[in-house]
Amino acid sequence: MKTYTNTGNKDTRSGFGAGLTELGQTNENVVALCADLIGSLKMDDFKANHPERFFQVGIAEANMIGLAAGMTIGGKIPFTGTFANFSTGRVYDQIRQSVAYSDKNVKICASHAGLTLGEDGATHQILEDIGLMKMLPGMTVINTCDYNQTKAATIAIAAHQGPVYLRFGRPKVANFTPENQTFEIGKAVRLTEGNDITIVATGHLVWEALEAAKELNEKGISAEVINIHTIKPLDDKAILDSVSKTGCIVTAEEHNHLGGLGESVARVLAQHHPTPQEFVATNDTFGESGTPAQLMDKYGLNMDAILKASEKVLKRKN
Amino acid sequence: MPNTQQLQDLTTQVRRDILRMVHKVNSGHPGGSLGCTEFFVSLYQDIMDRKETFDMDGIGEDLFFLSNGHISPVFYSVLARSGYFPVDELNTFRLINTRLQGHPTTHEGLPGIRVASGSLGQGFSVALGAAETKKLNNDKHLVYSLHGDGELQEGQNWEGIMYAAANNIDNIISTIDLNGQQIDGSTDDVLPMGSVRAKFEAFGWTVVDIENGNDIDAILKGMAEAKSLTGNGKPVCVLLKTVMGNGVDFMMHTHAWHGKAPNDEQLEIGLAQNAETLGDY
Repeated sequence: MKTYTNTGNKDTRSGFGAGLTELGQTNENVVALCADLIGSLKMDDFKANHPERFFQVGIAEANMIGLAAGMTIGGKIPFTGTFANFSTGRVYDQIRQSVAYSDKNVKICASHAGLTLGEDGATHQILEDIGLMKMLPGMTVINTCDYNQTKAATIAIAAHQGPVYLRFGRPKVANFTPENQTFEIGKAVRLTEGNDITIVATGHLVWEALEAAKELNEKGISAEVINIHTIKPLDDKAILDSVSKTGCIVTAEEHNHLGGLGESVARVLAQHHPTPQEFVATNDTFGESGTPAQLMDKYGLNMDAILKASEKVLKRKN
Repeated sequence: MPNTQQLQDLTTQVRRDILRMVHKVNSGHPGGSLGCTEFFVSLYQDIMDRKETFDMDGIGEDLFFLSNGHISPVFYSVLARSGYFPVDELNTFRLINTRLQGHPTTHEGLPGIRVASGSLGQGFSVALGAAETKKLNNDKHLVYSLHGDGELQEGQNWEGIMYAAANNIDNIISTIDLNGQQIDGSTDDVLPMGSVRAKFEAFGWTVVDIENGNDIDAILKGMAEAKSLTGNGKPVCVLLKTVMGNGVDFMMHTHAWHGKAPNDEQLEIGLAQNAETLGDY
């Protein structure tokens, strides 16, 4: 089984910041907007290097989304930055009408997604954003798994024409994907090959899936781990190819089971290849205060949860 | 540049278009459209420096954004009669498969439209973003926008209004259609807003009044003044006092025709009050 090395924990939001810094140097049309969270979003470098292309909008997210939509008229590529909750639910109608329906080339970049921002609690966490964004026609939805991939995705979305939702997080997590990788929107990454079970994960749960695969391997179960960084458009073929071999699947995400990656996968399977599936996701609930690790444990979003789901789905296999 | 009589002629034709469009599909918003007819005609035929052909980026020309998208009939008529798309296409307003959706949209690729509007309160932000890009592109042209007075009840407006002055966005002229009416009644009854002028001034805008917003000469004079005030570090707001339903006597001074189409008889009365100057579509 192919194994991966954590080259040192890093936060995905810093990957976004590094990507944005590079874009600032390579693409003069890239502009950045922030709603009073420059430090949290790691936009300091871009602001320092390109003050004329950086727009502090204050605590006014609705205006930020509209400004970004307008800035595309004349050829700019706006990257907006705030927490995932304030990037989506708070400004849903602004994104819907001024960005998605108007097909504006805006990149909505959202940190502190899911539960793992921790102690601030449910007002600042969001477990519904993937669903909100994937329902918007024409919106591309990306949830990256580590620092390196977030940096690569940030650079890649600037070259993509159309609205994008890029979701990442606050805590320092394992950094294990290649440095300077090429990020291909909509293309799943098969991390391990396996024959007994498919584990499809996104975001922070990808590393947990790899850890789970190691445990399973020791028990003689070979798991195929697929990193679905792009939830929309979904790489249907990668999923179908894998389950046609393994015959069962676990989906894992830091999101509500309603509206998330798991439901997107279930739709593909139901239409093309009905397969037993178990969901590692939150169960229609808000989050709460706690450390990231405590929250991921309480809400069942870690390696242990993936192992339990794997055990269950393996039993359901014919 | 057309003279005032030519603009007047176009105005009555546009009113006919508006009435016939909403009558045909028995839906749409004639009241605000009629009230802003002189403004749209003046804007597209005289005030704006615009290219003959449409491209989304609009570099090197003035831009216009309609925030209160429900007055799409006047927007569509003036765009068509300004050459953006065939006048005959006005026949398709609100019909299935049309580019002339109930509220303006870019989605079907109608030339002249740069953003969808209809869900209210979003136009300030979009217009300000376009103005920021003009500055980045060193494009000296202006951005114009139009907003309803009732629409100012939406909070997002004030985020944008605050942002504009704080960032010295002085290449924008935002016009407020002060007709004093909204769906449920007069703005004073629904949610009194106090002095709109005082609010904009408090937010750091330069304010120009056009007391008779249905008089072409007054509009041209007021907008010329507004234009002369751009480039001075402050955003410019025009308070355009209009009469809802202007030009069709039974539709004037009431919110009743905000979103209601005339019947056959009412259509004939309205058309009789507005001469067919340039040929109906």
